[in-house]
Amino acid sequence: MADDTQASGPLPVVDFLKLPEGGDPYLEGHVCSSCSAIFLGARRHCSKCGARDSLAPKRLENRGTLYVYSIVHRSFPGIETPYISAIVDLEGGGTVKGNLIGIDPDPEKLTMGMPVEVVYKDALGRKDKEGNSYISYFFQPAAG
Amino acid sequence: MSDVYVVGIDMIKFGRFPERSVPEIAAESALGALDDAGLTIQDMQGLWCGNLYQANAMVGQRMLQEIGQTGIPVVNCSNACATGATAFRDAWLAIKAGVYDVVLAVGVEQMGRGLLGGGGGGKGIPKEGLLGSGLMPAVFAEAGMEHARKYGTTFEQFAKVSVKNHHHSTLNPKAMYQKETPLDEVMNAEMIAYPNTKLMCSVNVDGSAAAVLASEAKVKELGLMGRAVRVKASVLTSDPWQERDLVMPDVNTCTRLAAQAAYEMAGVGPDDIDLVELHDCFATAEILHYENLGLCADGEAGKLIDEGQTALGGRVPVNVSGGLLSKGHPLGATGIANIFEVSTHLRGEAGKRQVEGARLGLTHVIGLGSACAIHVLEKVG
Ligand SMILES: [Zn+2]
Repeated sequence: MADDTQASGPLPVVDFLKLPEGGDPYLEGHVCSSCSAIFLGARRHCSKCGARDSLAPKRLENRGTLYVYSIVHRSFPGIETPYISAIVDLEGGGTVKGNLIGIDPDPEKLTMGMPVEVVYKDALGRKDKEGNSYISYFFQPAAG
Repeated sequence: MSDVYVVGIDMIKFGRFPERSVPEIAAESALGALDDAGLTIQDMQGLWCGNLYQANAMVGQRMLQEIGQTGIPVVNCSNACATGATAFRDAWLAIKAGVYDVVLAVGVEQMGRGLLGGGGGGKGIPKEGLLGSGLMPAVFAEAGMEHARKYGTTFEQFAKVSVKNHHHSTLNPKAMYQKETPLDEVMNAEMIAYPNTKLMCSVNVDGSAAAVLASEAKVKELGLMGRAVRVKASVLTSDPWQERDLVMPDVNTCTRLAAQAAYEMAGVGPDDIDLVELHDCFATAEILHYENLGLCADGEAGKLIDEGQTALGGRVPVNVSGGLLSKGHPLGATGIANIFEVSTHLRGEAGKRQVEGARLGLTHVIGLGSACAIHVLEKVG
């Protein structure tokens, strides 16, 4: 089992970020066939309507709008601040939380409802204990 | 079913007691509540003990090892920041069910300092500051920003909550702090997670609170009706599914459901309530709960704080104890400490911070994850 994990490329930061070989990264939701609720990450049952084995994967859109945010100035030691914690509603459904980048962390500059897009980059240089690097998703302002 | 009464209640002055054990901290308020009722541990038929950080360590039994091991049933319970209120409620249920006549409920916590939340990374790499923030100041900032988005609530309005609650705490000797914090000081304090500055975050403290609950027959038998407080409603809810709740804990819906059920159970409406102790874990949260509890119409919470309606002397004083923001927030103790505050006003024993003529009060806590507990308490006689 020597170097199996090292041989592959960067890993996805969460299991709902998909890195298809030879394709573009995307976020994956799971949709309930019974009530249309959208979840992040694979699961068996629907916690909205209680339907069993009702969930199927769905590729989420890379465009959305900023629902709400907070600007974090104090965090755990070693984590660079400030950063914008953003909650984004994606077009076509699904709500995701992540860092909003490419804009000043200043309430004067941020407008709730502003269009954003999902971009995929290295996870701020963070590596796990085995030395693997990771791909994360971020939000950045999009043209209206 | 018998009405249930609080016949003894106490909390210790909140503070930091690293040299004391959790059972010792719990024992102090338990003995205080027993003394308040004029009863002993031998009179108690059961104990419900709420604690979070030592949830697997039999805190209730260890407390009895401090004050009297009588062989009574002990239930240790943990329900995030609703832990103390859940212990109280389950004690209430046991009397309501007619199984016991007089029981003890205790909530206790010994906290570390620093930021809560943001831990749950699991496998891989840490997610804090990479996938936004899971830290509590940011989570509640985002909840507040949802209100700002809908109604234009301002940073200044959120900050006014903290000014008010810090002012109230100057009248409460049991609060962690007794210090005025003017608006500019609150707004210019270190920004933790916009719009919550350091003075808009609750204080991590150690503390405990305890209550003796009894059935109507038992209260009469003991001759304790004079200072008894009637529990008019006890409600616990969890969070129903919400569109965004995978990434944004919803503290509103479970509070609204609990409030509606509590008013119905008590046979009263929000206009009948004379004072409220609600879960101001962050200043942003208090604004949301004005509307969630029906203290004003949706969208009017900013106006309520601007007009001073929730300050001592206002239409419906909120968190006259100083709230979690200044009295302090020992997680597992908070629910019963809120009940202590309201009971003290209903008994007319709140001294300088007394809400004059208080007959009906409401307590509210939220534990993220989520649990919401509401109690409506009534003056007897
Ligand atoms: Zn469903």
